[in-house]
Amino acid sequence: MEHYHMNLTLKVWRQKNTKSKGNFDTYKVKDISSEMSFLEMFDVLNEQLIKEGKLPIAFDHDCREGICGMCSMFINGQPHGPWQQNTTCQLHMRAFKDGDTIVVEPWRSQAFPVVRDLMVDRSAFDRVIQAGGYISVNTGNAVDANAIPIDKKKADEAFMAAACIGCGACVAACPNGSAMLFVGAKISQLSLLPQGDPERESRALNMITQMDKEGFGNCTNVYACEAECPKGISVANIARMNKEYLHAGLGTEEN
Amino acid sequence: MVLDAKVPHGEMKDKWEDYKGHVKLVNPANKRKLEVIVVGTGLAGASAAASLGEMGYKVKAFCFQDSPRRAHSIAAQGGINAAKNYQNDGDSVFRLFYDTVKGGDYRSREGNVHRLAEVSTSIIDQCVAQGVPFAREYGGLLSNRSFGGTQVQRTFYAAGQTGQQLLLGAYSALERQVALGNVKMHARHEMLDVVMIDGNARGIIARDLVSGNLERHFGHAVLLCSGGYGNVFYLSTNAMGSNVTAAWKAHKRGAYFGNPCFTQIHPTCIPVSGDHQSKLTLMSESLRNDGRIWVPKQKGDTRIASDIPEEERDYYLERRYPAFGNLVPRDVASRAAKERCDEGFGVGTTKMAVYLDFKDAIIRYGKIEAGKTGNEAAEDKNIWELGQKVVEEKYGNLFKMYEKITGEDPYKLPMRIYPAVHYTMGGLWVNYELQTTIPGLYALGEANFSDHGANRLGASALMQGLADGYFVIPYTLGNYLADEIRTNAIPTDHPAFAETEKAVSERINTLININGKQTVESFHKRLGKIMWDKCGMARNEAGLQSAIEEIRKLKKEFWSDVKIPGEVNEYNSELDKAGRVADFIELGELMCLDALDRNESCGGHFREESQTEDGEARRDDENYSYVAAWELKPDGNWDLHKEELSFEIVKPTQRSYK
Amino acid sequence: MGLTGFFLITFLIVHCFINSMIFFNDGGETFNHWGHFMGSNLIVRTMELGLFAFLILHIVQGLILWAQNKAARPVRYAMNKAEKNSKWYSRSMGLLGTLILLFLILHLYHFWVPSRFGGMANVQVLETTTLGGYSNQEAHNLYLAMQQVFQNNLLVVIVYVLGVFSLFWHLLHGFQSAFQTFGINHKRYTPIIKGIGVIYTTVICLLFVLMPVSIYMNWIN
Repeated sequence: MEHYHMNLTLKVWRQKNTKSKGNFDTYKVKDISSEMSFLEMFDVLNEQLIKEGKLPIAFDHDCREGICGMCSMFINGQPHGPWQQNTTCQLHMRAFKDGDTIVVEPWRSQAFPVVRDLMVDRSAFDRVIQAGGYISVNTGNAVDANAIPIDKKKADEAFMAAACIGCGACVAACPNGSAMLFVGAKISQLSLLPQGDPERESRALNMITQMDKEGFGNCTNVYACEAECPKGISVANIARMNKEYLHAGLGTEEN
Repeated sequence: MVLDAKVPHGEMKDKWEDYKGHVKLVNPANKRKLEVIVVGTGLAGASAAASLGEMGYKVKAFCFQDSPRRAHSIAAQGGINAAKNYQNDGDSVFRLFYDTVKGGDYRSREGNVHRLAEVSTSIIDQCVAQGVPFAREYGGLLSNRSFGGTQVQRTFYAAGQTGQQLLLGAYSALERQVALGNVKMHARHEMLDVVMIDGNARGIIARDLVSGNLERHFGHAVLLCSGGYGNVFYLSTNAMGSNVTAAWKAHKRGAYFGNPCFTQIHPTCIPVSGDHQSKLTLMSESLRNDGRIWVPKQKGDTRIASDIPEEERDYYLERRYPAFGNLVPRDVASRAAKERCDEGFGVGTTKMAVYLDFKDAIIRYGKIEAGKTGNEAAEDKNIWELGQKVVEEKYGNLFKMYEKITGEDPYKLPMRIYPAVHYTMGGLWVNYELQTTIPGLYALGEANFSDHGANRLGASALMQGLADGYFVIPYTLGNYLADEIRTNAIPTDHPAFAETEKAVSERINTLININGKQTVESFHKRLGKIMWDKCGMARNEAGLQSAIEEIRKLKKEFWSDVKIPGEVNEYNSELDKAGRVADFIELGELMCLDALDRNESCGGHFREESQTEDGEARRDDENYSYVAAWELKPDGNWDLHKEELSFEIVKPTQRSYK
Repeated sequence: MGLTGFFLITFLIVHCFINSMIFFNDGGETFNHWGHFMGSNLIVRTMELGLFAFLILHIVQGLILWAQNKAARPVRYAMNKAEKNSKWYSRSMGLLGTLILLFLILHLYHFWVPSRFGGMANVQVLETTTLGGYSNQEAHNLYLAMQQVFQNNLLVVIVYVLGVFSLFWHLLHGFQSAFQTFGINHKRYTPIIKGIGVIYTTVICLLFVLMPVSIYMNWIN
């Protein structure tokens, strides 16, 4: 792999807090190595800003290995940048070349208010999970793990849905700001497993109600979510959620 | 103060049962009046908060991330051990207990480890019931793999994302309790001090990281589940935010710190690529099941790996340890890699890496696959393709991750790997009940020192975190809280809260008003370099002594020249980081002190003065069979207290992997 | 959207099938025969009411979706490379739907209004035609109406072609989307459904385009 260095222009969204009005600021960074990760390039920029006596750019990040789901930048018009099935922290600078201008924005969604600069508040996701994204089993209630065999294919599919990292790229990418891939993945995971069966109806109804309440948009099957999901979560999970919802909605005897 | 581990008397296998049978209980009506604070929401914190919420306690949970689901437990790849013996290969609670004590190089407390092995099976049951999608066989039953060179298959896994699946399971249980109103969640909050009233932990001071405001929270008990402190090395496989602050504040309030120098260096990580490096990424240990580790025989060889012929390669692990080969324990593999690189045989641009090569595995699997179809005379190209497919199935996600980070295709060129700081076995000293030396203050998971001795076995961190949270603390906490039912909730305008908040606030103001020239990051990097060079994979007296001097100087410099932009009462990541780095600097000194005191090699701690003639670690049971519990004195120095370790069951022997 | 969409998809099959009778090139006899049946059968007339209800529902749902989805992203991206992750027509269902609606108004004005209400202002009075099998019955000569609308009117033909063009992209997304909405996404069947969707869309739209074009070009007369 050929390594190289580059100078870049960055247009970054700056916003002091949720209430204030934000704007783009332009920065130059020099001598960026192609081996750096995108966030390491931001580290360089922030060190530069601090030395100049300016405020560093706030952005969410933690594990920097693509699994915690905390990083969340909209880079050059795409969530997590130009690479497929990738998070911002795993995007490396060899994706860019000398002289490039890179535009960086926060996720844009009614349900994800900007906290500061590139940070958004994704607690809406937690509240959706609170509405039913679990199996009600108190500690100590469990039967032996092998008591209920589960079809390997179904277990694997449940795993693939459960691989969601809750980063919100689906919402950010969706032209409608819909959270159906996130919600669908969780409903799907639990509906595929026998352990999730007793609560499947209330789960689908409650989680979807909460999702709507949070102000996410509606799914129009554009599938931008699937294309931009860092973990490649399939829209088949949305279909499965729709089925669960229809089934629960038609079957329920409650109002 | 005499350290009392409070391990119950009686036969090893009966201790926990007896304890559970006689422990004090709190009746349901009283539980509602008792408040518990949980700091950190990783495996230990989330499982504890959820379980205690289910039991009826009023729980307040805190995490510095934007959601409890982000905790770094999520990054664990390999798996979780449990003595289920589903594979009928001779596993048992005793064997898991034995392996863990031995793997920890006889520096852990037997009673705790046995309990860990006992509850391991319930963890798997609980997780499956929560909907954790573990890997399964075609018959629908759970699959196991062997991990870290054990002789039995006891590791349960979910592809290379076991930590994620387990954490999301615990997180869902936690969110359920939040929805039921039993747990109040405070995300983007950092604990900055423990509030002590009459010698007991009675609450915490937390900072809302978004508004910058300090908050007072009362609790009848405080549980620290705040993880390990590997980031003292600056570069580690920990998350960027992982820190020691919560544990360190407790230490400053009187909790003893146990075995601080015990650090695990993981042998298979992606090497450092340059000064810009902010963190290191682990490649699962499972890769060593199939990959062969080598360096060129010739010093400073600059040829690309594929141009180096077989006879000019040094498979040094297979050469040195013929019995275990590439599967020697983590500490041994790490030191061997360092030895080769220090001698000048390293590869890559920085020369601080060794090769992990899958060529032979691909060919071997390819031949097996070709054989299955009866195609014995398959061409090399076909064999390679078939083999690559098998390797892809087993390790595809790891290979992809490697390619993303390095830009190299590991199917074509061998991976370059180097050891990196991964886990800290040390932590707050706790007794059998997981209580620190401060009454009412508990430490769970990686934050405590308890179960792994001087070296943790693969797939045991997840086990310990969940054991502590789901199956230990619900019992042991009751034993303390049963006597607290007459303690009414203490209003947070109590003078102790006011004083503690004032102290926290003063420290923050001091930090921000230094207004020096150097960034927090630059101090952290310098600390990391001192620690890595002198308190890393190999340690010696002179190095440790100079490290202590350097750290003390660094501390002075930090407190006079650090530059923190922004305000106190707003989101200020530099301020958060400064507080954490200040604590890391102090911890670094203690780690060096502990390493200096322990003039023996054991587990991850390698003292160059204590090695055999052929460079292997030599333990000194005569003089060092103790847990070092350090007490911080008001003058800033430490007193060492020793918890002598006695081994009733597992008799210490020298580990050998030759 | 899915349910109403399904209904409209079914309607289009019937509509296209009957209109294709003009390709018999028999002076509109077969076409008028079927047209009369559709215009006089009680069940069909009842279904027509349903059709309008569903169409309106489809439009109203679309408007609600549009409003909700717009509210879900109050601040738009300064740079959005949506083309990297999705098809333009999937993202433009609202726009395509609006174009179709505009076309539909013209279309109804051309055919449905006169055939239902007879002569209105500015609407040509239709001649009656005698049908083969029912010599005594009289019906609107819808075939003639088509001739009159398209024969010498290039502009109208272009508008119709554009209308069908919008319909093409609308259906290309809508067909498989309706299945997804109903929770049908299957490893084996979904590729088949998508294939059928493409064939359906192509055939229906090709036939619809051919109608005004053939009349204008005098391929049928």
